[in-house]
Amino acid sequence: MWDYTEKVKDHFMNPRNVGEIEHPDGFGEVGSLACGDALRLTFKLDEDRRIKDVKFKTFGCASAIASSSALTEMVKGKTLEEAEKITNRDIADYLGGLPEEKMHCSVMGREALTAAIASYRGEKVEKEEFEVICKCFGITDKEVERAVKENNLHTVEQVTHYTKAGGGCESCHPKIEAIIDKVWGEKEKKPVLVKPAKGEKLTNIQRMRLIEETLEREIKPALRQDGGDLELIDIEGSKVLVALRGTCSFCPSADFTLKQYVEAKLREFVADDLSVEVKE
Amino acid sequence: MRTIYVDNNATTQVAPEVFEAMTPFLQDVYGNPSSMHFKGGEAQEAMADAREKVADAVGASPDEIVFTSCGTESDNTAILGTLESHPEKRHIISTRVEHPAVWTLCKHIEKKGYRVTMLSVDREGRLDLDELRATISDDTALVSIMYANNETGVIFPIEEIGQIVKSRAIPFHTDAVQAVGKIPLDMKKSTVDMLSFSGHKLHAPKGIGVLYIRKGTKFSPFLIGGHQERGRRGGTENIPYIVGLGKACELAARHLEEENNRVLSLRDKLEGGLLEKIPDTLVNGDREHRLPNTVSVSFEYVEGESILLMLSNLGICASSGSACTSGSLEPSHVLRAMGIPFTAAHGSVRFSLSIYNTEEDIDYILEQLPPIIERLREISPFWRDYIKASSKK
Repeated sequence: MWDYTEKVKDHFMNPRNVGEIEHPDGFGEVGSLACGDALRLTFKLDEDRRIKDVKFKTFGCASAIASSSALTEMVKGKTLEEAEKITNRDIADYLGGLPEEKMHCSVMGREALTAAIASYRGEKVEKEEFEVICKCFGITDKEVERAVKENNLHTVEQVTHYTKAGGGCESCHPKIEAIIDKVWGEKEKKPVLVKPAKGEKLTNIQRMRLIEETLEREIKPALRQDGGDLELIDIEGSKVLVALRGTCSFCPSADFTLKQYVEAKLREFVADDLSVEVKE
Repeated sequence: MRTIYVDNNATTQVAPEVFEAMTPFLQDVYGNPSSMHFKGGEAQEAMADAREKVADAVGASPDEIVFTSCGTESDNTAILGTLESHPEKRHIISTRVEHPAVWTLCKHIEKKGYRVTMLSVDREGRLDLDELRATISDDTALVSIMYANNETGVIFPIEEIGQIVKSRAIPFHTDAVQAVGKIPLDMKKSTVDMLSFSGHKLHAPKGIGVLYIRKGTKFSPFLIGGHQERGRRGGTENIPYIVGLGKACELAARHLEEENNRVLSLRDKLEGGLLEKIPDTLVNGDREHRLPNTVSVSFEYVEGESILLMLSNLGICASSGSACTSGSLEPSHVLRAMGIPFTAAHGSVRFSLSIYNTEEDIDYILEQLPPIIERLREISPFWRDYIKASSKK
């Protein structure tokens, strides 16, 4: 028997916000009968563009129903920008955790939300350049990549638990492995460059490369976890000029992150005299 | 909360008589049957008595009975032991609906370089014996086909299969874990060479299994060690459990008629009631050739795990072939082999009864289950769509 938390059991036995809103502002549907679970999410906004009402219908196991119910409770009253920041991990945390094998239920919740928000904005759900790598469950490389990054996944088995990819005929396992390698490959390799001991000096080229590498390896993945990002614009002496992207671009605590996190990391990995500034 | 246990193909409760028969052997009668003193003699005698009862239950002679630790060990012993005895042959035949004890082992053997034919089944879970005739060859070392299916209860025509197999002088094994104690078996009149079964499916405890090996069958032991079981299985005999199994077999033989009358009519009542009360419900498997205690039903547009948890909250214990209950992502390989659509396979529930079930149990399920399905269908996004689509027709 699955070890479900009391909260999961509660949201399964007494699901909140079951139903479908007529003429919704946002409509998202993911999964299918064949996959074994599916979620249809509808919401309506109020005058302040906050989510006023939200309803779900779910075909699936107890954790799928509980994840959907939890999601509706979490997004109520939020603006779309706030709701967008919810990750599958947040849904699982809200429920006091899900068994590893059931994490894909929380991913389904997040995907339905993304789809519903995109439908409101009139965007097509970005399925830009993707390849369906798991034919059994129709999972794309982008979806696998996102789950790998957001949940810090390192094995094919974990990817299967979170996305279902690879859970059928298993023929896509090499492709999943390749995605994991691509995401973590650089991070897991020994850094090519290391901060020199006191007294030694890097050449300008070495220094620039090390700054770039530190941004890619140490800093950006953390920012991306919260939907943020930054871009290296220029390096002037010891001044590193960056532009804020994603949620960082309107985040009130971006300055704090920049000094306390980005600058600190660069000083730790590259040189003690570096400072970071935003180039407008 | 009352308990309605209708998951007897998974395991059964230990019969009180069995428990009672076992207890002296967990206390005072602790001898090793191989010992030369009187304590050994006590154990030896009890084991011989149990072996006779077990043999009687399947119409075998006592020296054809080998005690093992479980059904899986019996299956592994039969299959691997036969392959070892016929090293020149590189092909085995089984079916796509076997229990994992055979199915996964066959997949394993295939990786080791054997040719494995898994016979297919039709929508009702029936074999096509022409496929068997077409694939059996001089290279075939063994045919292993289950007696009755654990998920659907479908019974295969084992003697008809056995005649095909024996006409080619090929060893024939059957996994009869679900059949023993539910339908009459008689090895004296059978074509079967080896037959596996397990104690905990017939009201003995977990941890005891049997492999019947017909006299004269070429065989190599799987557990190699002492001379126990006439050199066919090493390891000190599990006397308390062997005694328990002997008692359980005696009871099963006595209850066989009840199983095929009272239990069967309870099952039919449950099946009929569910079909009547819950729309869009299907029965999985051949209803003509089926164990008297088993029914597998699919409730379309809902998912099995959700049904089971809601039932469990009401004290009802059943099981499902849905993906989510197993931790795997695909629904049961049995239902898929039968070509049951995913919509139905995900919402399958198996009820398997025993002589301990009562009329009231069935009434309770028939009262509690329909509202559960209705509630889950209300939550399911596909149900309304389906209703809308079918009302337009």
